[in-house]
Amino acid sequence: MTASVETLSSSPTQVKVLTSPGGVEAWHVESDVVPLIAVSFIFEGGSAHDPETKPGVAQMLARLLDEGAGEYDSDAFQERLAARAIELSFNAGNDALGGSLKTLVKHADEAFELLRLALAEPRFDQDAIERVRAQTIAGLKYQQNDPGVMATRRFFEEGFAGHPYGRPTSGTPESVAAITRDDLVAMHRAIIARGRVKVAVVGAIGSDNLSALLDRVFGSLPEAKPLGIIEPAQLQKIGSRIVVDLDVPQSVIRFGMNGIAWRDPGFIPAYVLNHILGGGAFTSRLFQEVREKRGLAYSVGTSLVSYRSAAMTWGYTATKNERVVEALDVITDEMAKLTSEGPSDEELQKAKDYLIGSYALGFDTSTKIAHTLAQIAFEGLGIDYIARRNALVGAVTQADIRKAAERIFGDGRMLTVIAGRPTGV
Amino acid sequence: MHTASKPILRADAASFGRTEGSGPNLSSFTLDNGLDVVVIPDHRVPVVTHMIWYRNGSADDPIGQSGIAHFLEHLMFKGTERHPAGEFSKVVSGLGGQENAFTSFDYTAYFQRVARENLKTMMEFEADRMTNLLLEESVIAPERDVVLEERRMRVETDPSAQLSEAMAASLFVHHPYGIPIIGWMHEIETLNRDHALDYYRRFYTPENGILVVAGDVTEDEVRRLADSTYGRVAPQGMRPIRVRPREPEPVAARHITVADPKVEQPTLQRLYLVPSCRTASQRDCYSLELLAEVIGGGPTSYLYRKLVMERGIAVNAGAWYMSSAMEDTRFCVYAVPAEGVSLQALEEAVDQVLKTIPSEALDADSIERAKTRLVAETIYSTDSQSSLARIYGSALAIGETIEEVRRWPVEIETVLKDDLASAAERYLTPRRSVTGYLQKSAA
Repeated sequence: MTASVETLSSSPTQVKVLTSPGGVEAWHVESDVVPLIAVSFIFEGGSAHDPETKPGVAQMLARLLDEGAGEYDSDAFQERLAARAIELSFNAGNDALGGSLKTLVKHADEAFELLRLALAEPRFDQDAIERVRAQTIAGLKYQQNDPGVMATRRFFEEGFAGHPYGRPTSGTPESVAAITRDDLVAMHRAIIARGRVKVAVVGAIGSDNLSALLDRVFGSLPEAKPLGIIEPAQLQKIGSRIVVDLDVPQSVIRFGMNGIAWRDPGFIPAYVLNHILGGGAFTSRLFQEVREKRGLAYSVGTSLVSYRSAAMTWGYTATKNERVVEALDVITDEMAKLTSEGPSDEELQKAKDYLIGSYALGFDTSTKIAHTLAQIAFEGLGIDYIARRNALVGAVTQADIRKAAERIFGDGRMLTVIAGRPTGV
Repeated sequence: MHTASKPILRADAASFGRTEGSGPNLSSFTLDNGLDVVVIPDHRVPVVTHMIWYRNGSADDPIGQSGIAHFLEHLMFKGTERHPAGEFSKVVSGLGGQENAFTSFDYTAYFQRVARENLKTMMEFEADRMTNLLLEESVIAPERDVVLEERRMRVETDPSAQLSEAMAASLFVHHPYGIPIIGWMHEIETLNRDHALDYYRRFYTPENGILVVAGDVTEDEVRRLADSTYGRVAPQGMRPIRVRPREPEPVAARHITVADPKVEQPTLQRLYLVPSCRTASQRDCYSLELLAEVIGGGPTSYLYRKLVMERGIAVNAGAWYMSSAMEDTRFCVYAVPAEGVSLQALEEAVDQVLKTIPSEALDADSIERAKTRLVAETIYSTDSQSSLARIYGSALAIGETIEEVRRWPVEIETVLKDDLASAAERYLTPRRSVTGYLQKSAA
């Protein structure tokens, strides 16, 4: 068996592009230290393609793929997975339906066969549909009055009003109740297709064996047909402050502004800027000002969100109702300072040092590596991105940061949603 | 970030052992000042996980000072004479490292993940804050506010978390496992610098610590670095004494309810007081571990098949067992009712199903499947140096030995059907139980 292979050297992990005889491409890291195989895959097409009046179809589809396939009903399928400790899961987001598979090497054939069945021949038995429907609705009700969930839901409703991204990806109890088997079959046909999928495989399996398995699983899928177009969108209602009333002692806050997509050349400077403002280390400005100095909140931070047709920067915190105004003032202040003065040279250097140094930490387990590779493939950044990425971060200048701050913060206004009973808002 | 971890997932309690020749080639030794050290080599990437565990958790909080273990964990980031507040975090971050800490019932742990060449720097900082914490008055009040916000976020705004707290408080009539790790609101509010300092001086000593280093290192290297950093911390002469009361033999089946207008989806929980891996005799903890997997581990488990698949009375059901604890611990059974099913009706159904465990749940296939899954988890865990560091650190912190952790898969493999039946009959009984309802109240 032949497989075309090209190798990359200067990256945190040794990745090869593997193309099977049947033409299925996968990014492959071969490592036999641990006797397992981790697979991550992402199909283009997700909740944004739900029927307009029935949000929740893509997520319900993701939950039904392992509920019976081929000759196995749900219970028989689950028993085959469990009997060999094969872990298979699916999920759906706005733009994609993805999943992961983990298996011991000795059960690889069975694991890939179950993956093939789940993707190519799901049964959508009526009893399984009803069970998953009931579970989904129970899950939605369980979270219905959670302040964090309420704030997030309202944030998307307002920020992307009239756009598919504004609809709840998991649907509502009413919309989920209305989903039919035909809806699920149609969504399955639209999304699960060749040419629509990116695959990454990490673990103790050689190229030849993997090629054959890839052909079996993905090679047999139907050819992709074009999906409905999702119009480009920008975050709306910037400048609004919205309260979702809920009788709780602490308010949950979501705030958002413009973003820069991962594929945009301006992304890396924005990523560095975000790290300085509210990235996930104890050193960020918001962590220092909101939490360390003032004890306003336990958690505070910001992140860049990159969808296929929109990008935004959004942040989160939660503080007792009496201190909401103070917390928002501190956050707005820090953004204004970053816009007008920029970070100090030292602050910029430290941020770059962190982002460069910590990149390798994301490549220390097979599952993490597979997931990261599949994401990079899905974003179309190229297999060399892993090797290029740290140099891109290293090259960011103060001028790049200023440009990013202008694009993201603009005039400093935000869309703010507060769930709770804040005083003085 | 500085989390009060609630180790309710089995993954936290599971342990690792050498199976199929894939186990880590780990080693352990003790420094002259009493600090225990474990080294877990993993040479796949040039990264190390550096963890220090202290053998004190929320169950060691003095009476009236609930939450002090967790509060001190937060305060450990507030600087020493040599390294002022925030400097350690800045250095970790500047090196591209990640850090955090967590508090549990029986232990408190701090960790950093860094490139291997920075291990010594991490050890210097961590050894420094083992004895030289400053605790200036000015940092106390804001950090206490942070913890109060943490409690508001985790508990005060979430009725299901309130039910969990109330159930634990009811299950443990005498033992401090009934007190939340983060502490009760009214007691956190009164915690001050003196409480923190007393607690710190009592527990933060080399004899009370366990250093775990996993990653691209060798035993020799770790020994040398640890000697020149932690090794310089003066010993206190003996390990601090943990005063832990024993639970009395339970007699009362208890029922409690949290009713809140925010609840749209009722749920049912049941806790049983059972022995832990430290208090169990005759291998009961392995039986309970396997029993939880057979009756409640995922969609092929007995509870799920009976209540969800066959009867349709629940939309979800399962069970878990928190084996990792110094004293008697909890075994949980939970179910989420289907639309229109009352919690009373569901509870009755759960009890019927539990009664039939010895006669119906324990077929050879189900037992084999559960064993396969538990043993596979230990192999999967070898893929992650952080998981291994956590598994060994938590085990040692509660008094298990490395050998016990290694033997775990073999112990699981040798549990018999009769062991499972016997464990179910002896432990899943009303007198050992607390049943909790989460339901909607009128506004």
